[in-house]
Amino acid sequence: MGLLFQNGGLLTTVQDAGRRGYQRYGMGVSGAVDVQSYIYANILVGNKYNEAVLEVTLLGPTMEFTSPAVIAVTGGDLSPLIDGVPCPMYRAVKVKKGAVMSFGAPKTGCRAYIAFAGGLAITPIMGSRSTYIKANLGGYEGRKLQRGDEIAFRKPFIEVKNLSRRVIKAPAFTGDCTVRVLMGPQEERFTDEGIHTFLSEGYTVTNEFDRMGYRLTGPKITHVTDGNIITDGITFGAIQVPDGGEPIIMLSDRQTTGGYAKIASVINVDMPFIAQCKAGDTVRFVKTDIKTAQDAFIAQKDEYIRLRELFDSDIPESRFSRYTVKSGNEEFNVTVERVE
Amino acid sequence: MSYPQIKITGDTSVAVVFGNEISTDINTKIRAFDEALAEEQIDGVYETVPTYCSLTIHYAPEKIRYEALQERLEALLAVSHKAQKLNTIVMEIPVVYGGEYGPDLETVAAHNGMSTEDVIRIHSGAEYLIYMLGFTPGFSYMGGMDESIATPRLKTPRVLIPAGSVGIAGKQTGIYPIDSPGGWQLIGRTPVKLYDARRDTPILLDAGLHVKFIPIDEAEYKRIETRIEQGRYHCHSYVKEEE
Repeated sequence: MGLLFQNGGLLTTVQDAGRRGYQRYGMGVSGAVDVQSYIYANILVGNKYNEAVLEVTLLGPTMEFTSPAVIAVTGGDLSPLIDGVPCPMYRAVKVKKGAVMSFGAPKTGCRAYIAFAGGLAITPIMGSRSTYIKANLGGYEGRKLQRGDEIAFRKPFIEVKNLSRRVIKAPAFTGDCTVRVLMGPQEERFTDEGIHTFLSEGYTVTNEFDRMGYRLTGPKITHVTDGNIITDGITFGAIQVPDGGEPIIMLSDRQTTGGYAKIASVINVDMPFIAQCKAGDTVRFVKTDIKTAQDAFIAQKDEYIRLRELFDSDIPESRFSRYTVKSGNEEFNVTVERVE
Repeated sequence: MSYPQIKITGDTSVAVVFGNEISTDINTKIRAFDEALAEEQIDGVYETVPTYCSLTIHYAPEKIRYEALQERLEALLAVSHKAQKLNTIVMEIPVVYGGEYGPDLETVAAHNGMSTEDVIRIHSGAEYLIYMLGFTPGFSYMGGMDESIATPRLKTPRVLIPAGSVGIAGKQTGIYPIDSPGGWQLIGRTPVKLYDARRDTPILLDAGLHVKFIPIDEAEYKRIETRIEQGRYHCHSYVKEEE
């Protein structure tokens, strides 16, 4: 018992942390595009970080819960509803058997993540439950979800402790964003002017944006000769610039290798902002260094651990007071712990 | 520029670059270094991806920071390494040439002013080194094709090429591991599954192996296909003679 889809939405797939160790065989990594939202969703319901979730794109699915569950919705605000009533995001929510989850119009961001306490009963392929549509493998029959599909929960209903304490502050996905990049590995293939253009101009997301990559348009980034290199590895967040001089940011379903020069790569902690962009949003790139990037990466891992400890600890509920603070259009959930 | 170089490819990966051309010498160095790195078992390094000129190394910064990894890699690069595994194994891949299996065989023959028999003889006469895998699951970038059968890609790529198709694109030859679109000139097809998610080793080939194509007829193709379905077929392989 689990989920019965009445409608799959635009592109709803099963994703986890992706396939590790098979890139050398040409097998793409796949996995959640917005890694932070994906991990937050799992932490909220008490799952392991790498438990499979649903990744919902812009227009969400309609699905019935054929058994009760504790869920959490994170990522872009795609107007999640349960039985027609707005479903709060970034907190653990108990859902009754027979409830129907649907989505309204997308408000912010591009992708939402739904985690289910205990996980989804999907057979791992090559160590992962992620869907890789291009190779028709993993996830639910290697494809996006559609009407009539059923996914069982991996475990029967799990009581999640400290339910009311399980709240995380939602990041603001405003569309336009500035992301930090590490220059290289083929920086020398670009002119000084080209690098200056890349780091000072805004680039707009075109209609060609998917799980594989985001094609951006803007002022041309000039090469010394051309944009072709001898095929080498492509990493998550790598920014390729083909002959045309416009950047392509590589995401989860990227090919493992490619033959375009890479000017820079977006640092991991800033990738969620790219993952939540859609056509028309403007991206700006600012240079950073490896120490700053890795400090931020480790700080984020520490934050995950802190949240998990906070949610799982046996501190009595009464020691916590919760407030909702509104500032302009933004709403913040604040938990105050009384320290003796 | 001097090689090898360590380049930052993101905050969780680096590439060790060994040169800037496609050569067996560079490829051998990469393979040897990859093996040596695997033996080092550096805590935090979880995946390596060899390509023509470089080795991309993925790591977890919470276990090893860039500076520390750089030091380890430089120390490892300071000593020379010899590839131990794979370098002399040749896998035999049975192929039906021409007909519906290889609809572009005649185009390749005509382009090079030779008979289809000559194309088959030349194509199946060589042992091809797999430099790297990429593009799609199990796709091998092979080197060593005789330039006398080189043929440009199709002007309009095909929407769907069946898995197992053997093609030529310029001076390259390759096998499509999964159904996919593509612009290569198709000269034949193998019943062997280069990629099968259900198999213990889902990807059949690996960088450093050699491939030799063995011409077969349609009846043999069907026989092998049946044996594969029954899980009773394994490709022949032999040890390459020293050059």
